Amino acid sequence: MAHGPATLADGWRAYISRWVFTTNHKDIGTLYLWFSFAMFLMGGAFAMVIRAELFQPGMQLIRPEFFNQMTTMHGLVMVFGAIMPAFVGLANWMIPLMIGAPDMALPRMNNLSFWILPFAFAILTSTLFMEGGGPNFGWTFYAPLSTTYAPESVNFFIFAIHIMGASSIMGSINIIATVMNMRAPGMTYMKMPLFVWTWVITAFLLVAVMPVLAGAVTMMLMDINFGTSFFDAAGGGDPVLFQHVFWFFGHPEVYIIILPAFGVVSQIIPTFSRKPLFGYSSMVYATAAIAFLSFVVWAHHMFTVGMPIAGELYFMYATMLIAVPTGVKVFNWITTMYKGSLTFETPMLFSIAFVILFTFGGFTGLMLSIAAADMQYHDTYFVVAHFHYVMVAGAVFSGTAAIYYWLPKWCGKMYNETMGQVQFWVAFIGFNIAFMPQHFLGLAGMPRRYADYGLQFADWNMVSSIGAFIYGGAQIMLLYNVIATIRNGKPTTEEKTWEGAEGLEWTVPSPAPYHTFAKPPEFK
Amino acid sequence: MLKRAQALFLSLLSLVVLLPIAGSALAENAASQLNMPQGVTEVSQAAYDIHMIMIWVCTVIGVGVFGFMFYVMYAHRKSRGAVAENFHEHLGVELLWTIVPTIILIVMAFPATTALLKVYDTDNPDIEIKITGYQWKWQYEYLGEGVKFMSELRTSDDEVYGREPKGEHYLREVTEPLVLPVGKKIRFLVTGNDVIHSWWVPDFGVKRDAVPGLFTAGWAKTDKPGTYVGECTELCGQGHAFMPVVVEVKEEAEYDAWLANKKAEAVEYASTIGKEWLAEELMVKGEEVYLQSCAGCHQADGGGIPGVFPAIKGSPIALGPQLGHIAVLIDGVPGSAMQSFADQLSEVNIAAVIHYQRNAWGNDVGDVTQPIDVLNYKQSK
Repeated sequence: MAHGPATLADGWRAYISRWVFTTNHKDIGTLYLWFSFAMFLMGGAFAMVIRAELFQPGMQLIRPEFFNQMTTMHGLVMVFGAIMPAFVGLANWMIPLMIGAPDMALPRMNNLSFWILPFAFAILTSTLFMEGGGPNFGWTFYAPLSTTYAPESVNFFIFAIHIMGASSIMGSINIIATVMNMRAPGMTYMKMPLFVWTWVITAFLLVAVMPVLAGAVTMMLMDINFGTSFFDAAGGGDPVLFQHVFWFFGHPEVYIIILPAFGVVSQIIPTFSRKPLFGYSSMVYATAAIAFLSFVVWAHHMFTVGMPIAGELYFMYATMLIAVPTGVKVFNWITTMYKGSLTFETPMLFSIAFVILFTFGGFTGLMLSIAAADMQYHDTYFVVAHFHYVMVAGAVFSGTAAIYYWLPKWCGKMYNETMGQVQFWVAFIGFNIAFMPQHFLGLAGMPRRYADYGLQFADWNMVSSIGAFIYGGAQIMLLYNVIATIRNGKPTTEEKTWEGAEGLEWTVPSPAPYHTFAKPPEFK
Repeated sequence: MLKRAQALFLSLLSLVVLLPIAGSALAENAASQLNMPQGVTEVSQAAYDIHMIMIWVCTVIGVGVFGFMFYVMYAHRKSRGAVAENFHEHLGVELLWTIVPTIILIVMAFPATTALLKVYDTDNPDIEIKITGYQWKWQYEYLGEGVKFMSELRTSDDEVYGREPKGEHYLREVTEPLVLPVGKKIRFLVTGNDVIHSWWVPDFGVKRDAVPGLFTAGWAKTDKPGTYVGECTELCGQGHAFMPVVVEVKEEAEYDAWLANKKAEAVEYASTIGKEWLAEELMVKGEEVYLQSCAGCHQADGGGIPGVFPAIKGSPIALGPQLGHIAVLIDGVPGSAMQSFADQLSEVNIAAVIHYQRNAWGNDVGDVTQPIDVLNYKQSK
């Protein structure tokens, strides 16, 4: 029985109950998106502390011990709290709408997978206030720094990671079940929107590697509390084992972050080119190829750890191969624009910036794959610059594009185009000022995770910090734009917000009704 | 507004493409600020060469791809009256842009492999040096020479915390640099004592992780005397940024003289172990050692950090029997951050620091710990 959602007019009890007990994919998508944005601001605040301390050589604001907690928490919160939940939120909102399903396949599990997340991050964040401080061993938490030498709060960190993993696995199972079972009649796999495709592949990656991460932290837990020696050389264990296990999770993880971003961009670029996506099937195959390769390249994060040369050569060649399917994607996006009829609204600007900056990050990634050169790049700011070009300009830019693109569908209000474009320019310029100089810093020899540095690195660090503050400001503007749109945006009821938009989500009214596709739509 | 925004967009995007090109052009002159150093060894030269090949390959591809993209963004705009076509696949071009990059990668794999083989060419060294990473300093041992010493940051806390102006060599100076001769092939055997560190000298192209329980090998041979500075590149705790590497490469005669001198020092030191030290002497030396090696965790006032590092002031170990105190320093405390100092500090320094801990901050035990007591404990094991 379809009934409307409780609003504040029904009293706050009913309103809160609605959000806590909701099984509606749109409500849960909204919860995920707001939660991830809150985490994004928190992780961003940590980044601001880091950049403020690095503004000048010397320790001015914080102690090195706290600096390490900030770098660690920034990475953990951004990866697990901001980017991943943001894309799960988009999946919740958009996948049922895109495949013509009334809801997700497993709505109660959907509720659970969201509502355990705030607890995970409450636990993780609370460690900052504990005796001995929070996690201070980097988001990669290499043993034995994260075991024998860790602060006592590490047990809370492990518990939080377990909860996040459970949440991700439940979310992924739900997406797989939904896409396999609930597509509208006529929507074969090879007719699904690319965003759906990239998410299915991502979900399989998550189901495969989250247990590996759980295994890694469980071994840590045993080493710390129960006297085992998985990672303790003195007890016959091996610290390098930790790195192999971690990166067997960690490398697929970076594709988990970027593949849904590919999907978003593959929806937006055709819309504003008014032309179908070029090379749809090769896009699907390229995504699958990237996913497969992500499992067989993990040790390229460990070129300096002393692997035998045969291992180094294998991981180098395998890593170089990733450039091929990634290149296919970039060429497809550009060819989609070729002979289109282009307009440059905010979502398109973010998507184009995504293609350019992500490709730039891909170039530095290719350079990093060359083991002999990586001996110089490894663990320097060159790497920091590289992964911020692919993670921030990749995941965050495409996530922002998605917000502007689908916001009218979500809330039935149109954002202010000028404000959107201004926000884009501030973000784009700030981002490049922040991270381009980090390439130079890394090549000149500044290692990452340094609380302090020699005087020769002072200039570029200052530039980078200024850029980071600008980029941080751009996120406040994004928050403002979203709230202003929801409160005072120009109402729009058109089903098809964008002239060139295609797909089932543009056949329902704006804002999308609480229940859609109670009867499966016709899909040709 | 929109028009102007687009023009600005284009110019900024081209900036993104031009920056790396400008970077590589500038690299010829101001090497250290923008680009990887060429360094002074075959390995660093090989890394630099392959790095530059990659930069140029990426630049050429980037200019082509982005150039085409900007052309499309300019030419096929709706505002210029562009009407969208409807094509969405073309097998030929799709195969082309799969096969051509594959071929480029295969071609690049050859120089990449050659360069890596050079990195791994660690056989037949003239000199072998064992490098051990400690929290937060390096130990260098000249294998077969009986010479071994610690190398720690020399920059003072006052400079770090802005109570004094920063010197010219801020965070790039150590108590005792690693000394190497020119023209000899040196093999570095790198390991870690507590957590993982990583020993990096950019000008040598050597970056090897210092993993507890494992040796990783690197090598260097250079004809250029000079001072080369590097860093620790694996997060190793609060002192990560404060354990630089400084290497001095000397002419062979100078190196031989230096080595002979170090050996003589070692012999001379051996004679001081048996000597009876005065309490005052131990107190002075002990404070020095304490501030250098212990205060990082246990704090200068002996108060520790609650929940992380125990206090020494008033601790049962410092107030208890002398032998128990010696045992903690020699054996460490398994399963905690308290490591063994048996290889890090000399017997004299261990005795001095124990004496200091037992008699400072109101820990008035009043006994005197002699180097010979430490030696006896070591030998009894």
